[in-house]
Amino acid sequence: MTPRESAARKAMLDGLWRNNPIFRQVLGICSTLAVTNLLLNTAVMCAALTFTTALSCLTVSLLRNWTPRRIRMMVQVLIIAFYVIIIDLILRAFWPEMSTALGPFVGLIITNCIIMGRCEAFAGSNRPVPSLLDGFWSGLGYSCILLLIAFFRELLGMGTLFGWPVPYFATTWDKWIIMVMPPGAFFTLALIVWFFRSRQTAPTEAPAR
Amino acid sequence: MNLGTETVHAIVICFSAAFTGNILLTTFLGMCPFIAVSREVRTAAGLGAAVVFTMTCTCALNWAAYHRVLVPLGLEFFRFVLFIIIIAAFVQFVEMVIERLSMTLYQNLGVFLPLITVNCAILGASLFMVIRDYSFIETVGYGFGSGAGWMLAILAMAGIRKKLATDRIPEGLQGPAITMIIAGLMALAFIGFTGVLQGT
Repeated sequence: MTPRESAARKAMLDGLWRNNPIFRQVLGICSTLAVTNLLLNTAVMCAALTFTTALSCLTVSLLRNWTPRRIRMMVQVLIIAFYVIIIDLILRAFWPEMSTALGPFVGLIITNCIIMGRCEAFAGSNRPVPSLLDGFWSGLGYSCILLLIAFFRELLGMGTLFGWPVPYFATTWDKWIIMVMPPGAFFTLALIVWFFRSRQTAPTEAPAR
Repeated sequence: MNLGTETVHAIVICFSAAFTGNILLTTFLGMCPFIAVSREVRTAAGLGAAVVFTMTCTCALNWAAYHRVLVPLGLEFFRFVLFIIIIAAFVQFVEMVIERLSMTLYQNLGVFLPLITVNCAILGASLFMVIRDYSFIETVGYGFGSGAGWMLAILAMAGIRKKLATDRIPEGLQGPAITMIIAGLMALAFIGFTGVLQGT
């Protein structure tokens, strides 16, 4: 295995499992948890978030030698905001209903801590391509967990998946309304974090930086 | 709408933002500091106070910037960047002022101020204020109410976690997971406030 391949593999494993943003670092749940009551909304948010994380990491990495250290946070925020504005405009132009449904949460991607976290911890001191991969896999690892949460919340709370009724759950299943309300998100997330943390035996290496 | 009814309306919005529509427990904004800083009542109170103050002021500033500058210029899409810059600049400014005026206040509150720039609840409140089309007085009420609601939640959580420190919790559930379960129970309790405010 060439070093480059193994680095790419490492980025994938770190982002998806070993250093997963949600159950290892517990970062960035703020802006996306609110839309996890419907699978479709979550999928759109996750796509937007992965896009922003990957491209912001790439840009931060490309500019890393020209960014003065003192104002680097501000520069990073502006880079992230630039990509979020692109997403916001695309959504409003081509999918207005989704844009209204997501409301302010698209804009709140800017303050999502995982993007800042990855830019600061990895992209600021690494070459562009590994940074892009790192951002992409972190975003994807985050998305997987959120889609899992949304899957349970929509299925148990409304008996549907992506808006389509599921045979048993839509009819005979006694719908758990609590799942589509805010407390449901807290409970589901807590159970998922608990499950994955106890599956993951103590990590053999220190969390990658 | 005359000023009197508008003020009454602003007070209603303030209460609903603090209780029925608590920004932390219904929209999950500001979760990161909520989990990280809720170990001690004292620090939670400091951060909470800083959030109340910053949120009220930045909501008002952002309202002015949005309705007086961006809307006339037709640059509404630019609001994300402008709001973030205003929040960051405001926090920096307050930090400098506090440092000059009172060293004790700075030591109590100052360390929390940089944390606030990345607090999603602050930006979230400003974005909600735009989407719900509040007037200026309503915006101030909303900003203050949201901040107070956030402070209430983090104070309650810090108090509960203090009791929790001596309990035995399954290994994977320690830390964030148990905090989220408690937050879920708190959110359930706050849903009980829903009936209090009719017609908001």
